[in-house]
Amino acid sequence: MFEAIAFYLFAFLTITMFYIAVTTSQALHALTALAAGMIFISAFFFILGADFLGAIQIVVYSGAVMALYAFGMMFFDTTREVKEKQGNKYIIFGLSVLAAVLIVVIFSAPMVAQNIGGQNPILENAGNVQQVGMVLFTKYLVPFEVAAVMLLVAMIAGIVLAGKKMDLSLTLMSEEDIKVLKEENTKKAHS
Amino acid sequence: MEMAYIIESIIKIVVILLVFSGLAGIGTYFERKVLAFMQRRLGPTNVGPFGLLQVAADGIKLFTKEDIIPAGVVSRIFKIAPVITAATAFMAAAAIPFLPSFTIFGYEVHPIVADINIGILYILGIMGVGLYGPLLGGMASANKYSLISAARGAAVFISYEVITGLSILAPIMMVGSLSLIDFNEYQSGGITSWILWSQPVAFVLFWIAAFAETGRTPFHLIANDHELIDGFGTEYSGMRWGLFFIGEYANMFFISFVMALVFLGGYGDGSFLGALGLLAKVAFFFFFFLWTRAAWPDVRPDQLMWLCWKVLMPIAVINVVITGIVMM
Repeated sequence: MFEAIAFYLFAFLTITMFYIAVTTSQALHALTALAAGMIFISAFFFILGADFLGAIQIVVYSGAVMALYAFGMMFFDTTREVKEKQGNKYIIFGLSVLAAVLIVVIFSAPMVAQNIGGQNPILENAGNVQQVGMVLFTKYLVPFEVAAVMLLVAMIAGIVLAGKKMDLSLTLMSEEDIKVLKEENTKKAHS
Repeated sequence: MEMAYIIESIIKIVVILLVFSGLAGIGTYFERKVLAFMQRRLGPTNVGPFGLLQVAADGIKLFTKEDIIPAGVVSRIFKIAPVITAATAFMAAAAIPFLPSFTIFGYEVHPIVADINIGILYILGIMGVGLYGPLLGGMASANKYSLISAARGAAVFISYEVITGLSILAPIMMVGSLSLIDFNEYQSGGITSWILWSQPVAFVLFWIAAFAETGRTPFHLIANDHELIDGFGTEYSGMRWGLFFIGEYANMFFISFVMALVFLGGYGDGSFLGALGLLAKVAFFFFFFLWTRAAWPDVRPDQLMWLCWKVLMPIAVINVVITGIVMM
């Protein structure tokens, strides 16, 4: 009974939060609602007994991804309302309906076919983390390694992009050096 | 049966909330007294014996002060930000065993709200979400100093989360579980079986990161001392500001509990003496927070980042690798 109550409560909260995130014209509202929605989604994992995935959902989406969004927002004046350009409303409406129908079809197809079943049964005497590890390092080892390589590529790209003049520190330089640097920069800007 | 479990959980939650909100208040008293003692001042003396009622006076002041919402702020986010700080701090407490289980009136009580088997991961994750309090507060304030402070705080927080995660990975590998109760069982053989002795590097790294996670001196960058402004809390007044404060102090207590449970053997074998030992360890860690604040200045932001990425993170990674090799 309590599971049902919790499910409907969090389903309602999640949908409300994402609805706010989509419809609001205030960047901070969208950010907060999205982060809250991500946390509410983790509740479903906890209800299903997948504690590990629930915690990872909180750590990754609310802790890392949304924090990066927040960093991006630092460059805007977030206290002002955003004026959105809205194109053809019919196209937007049609696409969103199409997407919703597709998702329902994709998720209900296995249920109609009635051949739903886990390929990797739950191991007895193994905790949540061990089970995830078993599946990740046996069945999904190749995608896991590929993801690791992709992350490495992204990291190197990030370092290359941000790494120019990394050895310079304005706080540690003397006043004259900073002046010279400024003049060089203005010359570059003018030429 | 299910009903009894729910009622029990609610009672536990209320007790933890009340105790730690109260402790946050008393914590401010101790902080002022300890700082005063170390800096040869008197601290609060006027209200009550030894200034003990200063806490109550401060509480009355905070509760009755006008709640000002300045013009130009994003009012909803501005109002909700302090609540996020306090709420996430207390949410993290759900997976912390505060005492060994004891029997009261023939009923066995486990002083932990939810013994989920990923306790430590959950605690660190929720503490990471605590970042949103300062961040949203600063961004919604329509104040440039608040925004700078929020950006600085977020940068420090995200960087040091890496250290927390990596440093605690080595003890997790040794114990083979993420539950804090399992951590405690692993070290129940007395002082010699503490993880501190086998993982001293991880302990020091986690301790350093704890200062950054709670935003205490020497990593107190979220309050811009050098700009003579109180960081993201500049625009706040009354109890909304007080909630930031409660969140910070509750976080200090909870991270002290985590350190004591993970590295210093927790409550040991679960006897009365062990429970007292846990409280003593937590008290020591809390005192150490205050001690550091009295003794050390703040570091510069660039030094802080340098320390995190160029010193602590390589050490943490090497520590994990060495632990793995030794365990194989």
